[in-house]
Amino acid sequence: MRRNGPLALIFHTIFVIVMVAPILVVCLVAFTPEGFLSLPTNGFSLRWFRTIANYPEFIHAFWVSLGLGALSSLVALLFAVPAALAIARYRFRGRDVLAALFLSPLMIPHVVLGIAFLRFFTSAGLGGSFAALIIAHVIIVFPFALRLTLAAATGMDRSVEMAAVSLGAGSWTLFRRVTLPLILPGVISGWALAFIQSFDDLTMTVFLAAPGTETLPVRMFLYIQDNIDPLVTSVSACVIAITMTALILLDRFYGLDRVLAGKGDTGR
Amino acid sequence: MSMAAEERSARAPWALTAPALMLFVGVLLIPLAMTVMLSFHDWGQYKGIEPVFILKNWHEIATDPYYAEMFWRTFRIAILTTLLTALLGAPEAYILNRMSGRWKSFFLLVILGPLLISVVARTLGWALLFGGNNGLVNKLLMSLGAIRSPIPFMFTETGMVVALAHVMMPFMVLSVWAALQRLDPQIENAAMSLGASPATIIRRIIMPQIMPGVLSGAIIVFSLSASAFATPAIIGGRRLKVAATLAYDEFLNTLNWPLGAAVATLLLVALVLIVVGSNALIERRYAEVFR
Repeated sequence: MRRNGPLALIFHTIFVIVMVAPILVVCLVAFTPEGFLSLPTNGFSLRWFRTIANYPEFIHAFWVSLGLGALSSLVALLFAVPAALAIARYRFRGRDVLAALFLSPLMIPHVVLGIAFLRFFTSAGLGGSFAALIIAHVIIVFPFALRLTLAAATGMDRSVEMAAVSLGAGSWTLFRRVTLPLILPGVISGWALAFIQSFDDLTMTVFLAAPGTETLPVRMFLYIQDNIDPLVTSVSACVIAITMTALILLDRFYGLDRVLAGKGDTGR
Repeated sequence: MSMAAEERSARAPWALTAPALMLFVGVLLIPLAMTVMLSFHDWGQYKGIEPVFILKNWHEIATDPYYAEMFWRTFRIAILTTLLTALLGAPEAYILNRMSGRWKSFFLLVILGPLLISVVARTLGWALLFGGNNGLVNKLLMSLGAIRSPIPFMFTETGMVVALAHVMMPFMVLSVWAALQRLDPQIENAAMSLGASPATIIRRIIMPQIMPGVLSGAIIVFSLSASAFATPAIIGGRRLKVAATLAYDEFLNTLNWPLGAAVATLLLVALVLIVVGSNALIERRYAEVFR
């Protein structure tokens, strides 16, 4: 194949710089020793990271986000794994409709979902509660949990399962000892991707969160609306660091292109 | 297979999908239906929401030019964002694809990674880069001699399009990248050996084959941009409203839920129609590529 010419490489360099610049500038400003927004030209300082400790609402929001992401991704998997197995292995009437329904939260704008859940949970008397946040997040992360589990279940070699059945394994034993271990990489990656999606969601959560159940993105957004100062950049830098860690792990264990391209959409 | 086993395998897929199906009907379809219903209810400053069936909100959206202007702005921003991502993202995907193994996966990680980084953090980065008339972007452009006077980015549509294009770019690169994987590199070599110039190869060989990728990327970018919330809210401020930020205001500031529900319903219906319609067009136009 032909190599890239100099013009292509210049374009590529500028492209990558522009892609990285906003993320880099947030992380740099977070280390400023000054009391205002500026690049750290006079040395680096951790003062704005220490300042976070004086804002318990950010700390609390962080724990809410962490718990919400971990729990909702887990619950989503409890529903998604059986559904993925059914869609991957059986050809039944309504299969395509079900697959489309389960992936539909990707298509519906999150602002519409936020409004629908706000209306629904307020009428159900759950407005602003953590339970409402969990249920809403289960729905929005479900497609990610489903897609990666589906990809793993579709690509699985079924002869091992047949061997287990011929040796007399019951269906629960079969699932626990054979099927689950085989699809586990997909399931764990599905959990990680679902967690990141939940951890980062602002648009839907901003409708549902009340004081006490505000997630980190919601807290950051409400803070930015009033003023932008180095504090919010240091909080953002922490968020970026957490996501990067998850991202690198995901890339190591599963391959980021596979995660993002979502191969095996409906198990075709 | 015995009768009983056959029956069991006919029931199995339903038993396995039933919990998820019930979840989706109970907490997705019902809330969505409630939202559509809500858009037909009445609302008053003092009486709150009245569960009656009237067309007041829809009439207001249809007749008040404020809403026409707001929806037009929403779609204008989405179209410009889509064009920008296509013009820059498609060549970048092509360049990436021609890189050698290790560099390819490194830059793929750098470009696709931001997809998973908080939109609030990414938009904050642009707010810092734009930052008033002496922001870094303006300083750089002026020192390069590209512009004479600073371009206002904050609280303008220009700034929103630039920041949104950055947020959406990974989707376009990913989509074109996927199309490039289906492309046989030997065709390019064949064209070259037959004496085609690089420009001809791009125009006659590459472009037609990655076009479906560009178009399906464009659909994703368009629908996500038209319903984006964080970036327009932070870059656009309180005055420059798009559909999502207007619905947010109606729900959490004005508290006119029925009107907000009508705006959201209209956005959802418009997007579904546009996405389904253009998908059908693309599939018909490029039927041979998808086969």
